[in-house]
Amino acid sequence: MFVEILFYAFATVLVAAGLGVIFSRNPVHSALFLVLAFFTSAAIWLLLEAEFLAIVLVLVYVGAVMVLFLFVVMMLDVNFEKMRERFRSYVPVALIVGALVLIEMGLVVYAGYRGESSVPPDASASYSNTKALGMLIYTEYAYPFELAGFLLLVAIIAAIALTHRTRRQTKYQNPAAQVRVRRNERLRIVQMPAEKQEP
Amino acid sequence: MSFLSQQPALAHYLVLGAILFAISVVGIFLNRRNVLIILMAIELMLLAVNLNFIAFSHFLRDAAGQVFVFFILTVAAAESAIGLAILVLLFRNVGSIDVEDLGKLKG
Repeated sequence: MFVEILFYAFATVLVAAGLGVIFSRNPVHSALFLVLAFFTSAAIWLLLEAEFLAIVLVLVYVGAVMVLFLFVVMMLDVNFEKMRERFRSYVPVALIVGALVLIEMGLVVYAGYRGESSVPPDASASYSNTKALGMLIYTEYAYPFELAGFLLLVAIIAAIALTHRTRRQTKYQNPAAQVRVRRNERLRIVQMPAEKQEP
Repeated sequence: MSFLSQQPALAHYLVLGAILFAISVVGIFLNRRNVLIILMAIELMLLAVNLNFIAFSHFLRDAAGQVFVFFILTVAAAESAIGLAILVLLFRNVGSIDVEDLGKLKG
């Protein structure tokens, strides 16, 4: 009963935050609503006994990704109002597609899981979600785990390579120019009369 | 109020995930000119998918679903980092993040 009430409360906040993300006029508000959505989902994941992923969601998403989003939103000087000019003309097709998606998924869920009210057995008191996840990741999923690490490395390199700007005042050698240099670029022979010695 | 007298069933979480997914699809259509909001809607979509994974993982008592969520979080973080880097680069070169202004390859 208590879990049920918590679930409905969090679900309401989550849906409201999702609506706030897409309907906000200001992208900063959208990003903040997305932070709220992540926090609420973390709470729902806690209800589902996925404690490790819940805290990872808060730390990684709210702590890193959303800060990145807010940083970019505030850094870009964009006229966001101009982009919402034809907002209303997109409403009909958006509603149709959204309703279709919702109805299709609802039918699938309704057909597949209608009568299912099975409550899983409670985990024993010594069960540790983090430990179980760690056991899986470092044994059965060790190779995908390494691939995920490599993917993050690729992401780091790509993000730096994309946004890095070479500075003009940096001093560095240009070997091609050094090899190509001619003698008269470096040495100038000046013909001048010898200076007379004062008597 | 008989539905309040029991634990939430699997279908509750699946419906919540479906609603969240539909909201983000609608968001992509509504804000189709603003790349930033589209990226945020994609994050919301991945969140809905993750909710489904965790719900199934809980109700089937199989932690493999949570491992998948772990990998999805990794990929999503990489995706948003590169996406935002491309966005910054785009704004630096074009001076706008409006999708309408990005027809340069159209010829």
